[in-house]
Amino acid sequence: MNEDIKTFTISVYTENNIGLLNRISAIFQRRHINIESLTTSQSEIDGVNRFVIVVNMTETNANKIVRQIEKQVETIKAYYHTNEETIFTESCMFKIKSELLFDEPQIQNIIKESDTRIITVNKEFFVLEKSGRRHEIESLRRDLNVFGIMQFVRSGRIAVTKDEMKITELLTAFNNQ
Amino acid sequence: MKTQTINNKQELAEETQRITGSEAIVRSLIAEGVDILYGYPGGAIMPVYDELYKFQDQIHHVLTRHEQGAAHAAQGYARISGKVGVAMATSGPGATNLITGIADAQIDSTPLVCITGQVFSHLLGSDAFQETDIVGISTPVTKWNCQVTAAEDIPDAIAKAFYIARSGRPGPVLVDITKDAQVTEFDFKYKKCKGVRSYNPVPKTSQEAINAAAELINNAKKPMIVWGQGVILGQAEDELKAVIEKAGIPAAWTILGASAIPTSHPLNIGMVGMHGNYAPNLKTNECDVLIAIGMRFDDRVTGRLDAYAKQAKIIHFDIDPAEINKNVKVDVPVLGDSKESLGMLLEALNQNSHEAWLQEFKDLYAIEFEKVIKDDLTPAKEGLTMGEVLKQINIESKGNAAIVSDVGQHQMIACRYADFNVTKSNITSGGLGTMGFALPAAIGAKMAAPNREVVAIIGDGGYQMNIQELGTIFQQKVPVKIVVLNNEFLGMVRQWQQLFFDKRYASTEMTNPDFVTIAKGYSIEGKRVTKREELADAVKEMIASKESYFLEVCVEKEDNVFPMIPSGASVSDIRLS
Repeated sequence: MNEDIKTFTISVYTENNIGLLNRISAIFQRRHINIESLTTSQSEIDGVNRFVIVVNMTETNANKIVRQIEKQVETIKAYYHTNEETIFTESCMFKIKSELLFDEPQIQNIIKESDTRIITVNKEFFVLEKSGRRHEIESLRRDLNVFGIMQFVRSGRIAVTKDEMKITELLTAFNNQ
Repeated sequence: MKTQTINNKQELAEETQRITGSEAIVRSLIAEGVDILYGYPGGAIMPVYDELYKFQDQIHHVLTRHEQGAAHAAQGYARISGKVGVAMATSGPGATNLITGIADAQIDSTPLVCITGQVFSHLLGSDAFQETDIVGISTPVTKWNCQVTAAEDIPDAIAKAFYIARSGRPGPVLVDITKDAQVTEFDFKYKKCKGVRSYNPVPKTSQEAINAAAELINNAKKPMIVWGQGVILGQAEDELKAVIEKAGIPAAWTILGASAIPTSHPLNIGMVGMHGNYAPNLKTNECDVLIAIGMRFDDRVTGRLDAYAKQAKIIHFDIDPAEINKNVKVDVPVLGDSKESLGMLLEALNQNSHEAWLQEFKDLYAIEFEKVIKDDLTPAKEGLTMGEVLKQINIESKGNAAIVSDVGQHQMIACRYADFNVTKSNITSGGLGTMGFALPAAIGAKMAAPNREVVAIIGDGGYQMNIQELGTIFQQKVPVKIVVLNNEFLGMVRQWQQLFFDKRYASTEMTNPDFVTIAKGYSIEGKRVTKREELADAVKEMIASKESYFLEVCVEKEDNVFPMIPSGASVSDIRLS
């Protein structure tokens, strides 16, 4: 029985620990699973970190991976979700020659129509920032590429889930033990 | 890297005292009840050794001859006692030499705390003398690890290390401590760790899962149990025995589960796996309910997965949620501590017996006896077999010895034929298959259980991987018995070369030294046996000896271990020859 490969967003709540990134990435490396993106930040709870990891795999394997991640001592809880179960976005930046902004009126239209923000402008260059789905960012990159991009960078996915992840309850339960 | 002990529940143990970090390390070990540790000094750990010198009336440091020996000795100590084994080493090569033992402890769930010295914190990352990133190196093979760079973090790090090593599914933990943290003074107060908020070591057993398991078992016509080390680690031997007896279920064991139930128990049907017994392997694919308890469906146990117990409903008892459905899809998972969950299962089971089903196992045993066991234990040929050596050891030790085996043919023979009356008696490297394990592990086992007979069974290959530990036996006067079954080959690899590589014996033949003379060099009494008529007396003399004793038995060079499930084959394809 061949299971479909799907995109899963793995959310991991952890103690704030330097070594944990190593432990978590090793779980993927050992199994030859490519990480599409990995983002780590503060979570909604003070002192608790949140990893958002995007992978393409079968649901069976996503389940196994999540339990291997949860097995790590400093992991509080890990979940996996499909795209439909999350609200997600990526962010990107473009550095472009300033002269183009004035020479090519088309660029100004692209900026307006794509809901892109100008972060800074100086004599040499200006910087654009845009958040959105991958296809929106890709289409913007194609449009701007025609005029020449000095630098382009895109972040990993960040996501929140539609259902609840009861981390606060888990931590309260521990403190009341 | 700060440890997250702020979140831990702790209890007050001692009053505050101003001492150095290194004294704090030793006092922390004593507070955790450590009486023996194994290790090797060096530059980055010297302040701690200076304190061990001062505290030698309270804690006994055993100088091994290699850090790998220290790690395996600590494992042997832990495996026979159920307590946490402790190993210590300096930075750099000292620390990396521990790694094989740590990896072995990780895959075999052995509680270990390893303490390594590290260069001064201001030198970290500068490629200083004997600096290595041991936290990075040990990460994939430890349950938890951390680096301490400040003296005041030492007690909490060690408290957390012991708690994590021993709780839940046990495992090895490494604490790396920089030299500046060792020499700095601070106000010491030791509080034992009672919990880590991100870590739930023992999932609660659900009554619904127990009920579902009991219903399957109560209605089963051909139930079979396969238990593993989880029963020993959970101290659930009595509960397992009660379950087996109440429901009348034939029960087999994995290599690390051996000895949890005495060999002579009528429902003990032997070992599963590649060189396990004929009946339990074949019956795995005939039973209607397979009850796996504290075992992890290792590939050496299951053989080909898509032909493993497909006809059976599978119940899996385990403490580790990551093991459920990892290799084999199960029908009823039962999470929790084995002692608690088997106790609950016992309540829910009906009194039962399966005489006809049990008879099928006996019939298959008779076939295995005729085709394999008889020739192993009472050979008609001239050459000595490994099996008859084990038989003599059983006779002389009356099945009460702890058998510490290395890795290879002799290990399979030892596990197949040793009589076990007492639990925690089969100490061997199961998951990692570490040659060189047995000699140092036997040292640790004997020191942890001085009243028990400890017999190391080792091949001529593995013996030479940590033969330097004879020096530890000599210096510490450890009355461990060493049996080398010498076939002048790396026997298991040679067996595979014979069966699967057309007898091309690439680099498996060994020209060996005079092992008895080597033992005598360490003042260890020794004897070499080459003839059958000498064997019984030699084993008798060895077991009767009050001191360490070395026995070399020159066995048939090209014997094979059977039964055998060839690699990648199904358990049903088990071969008797």
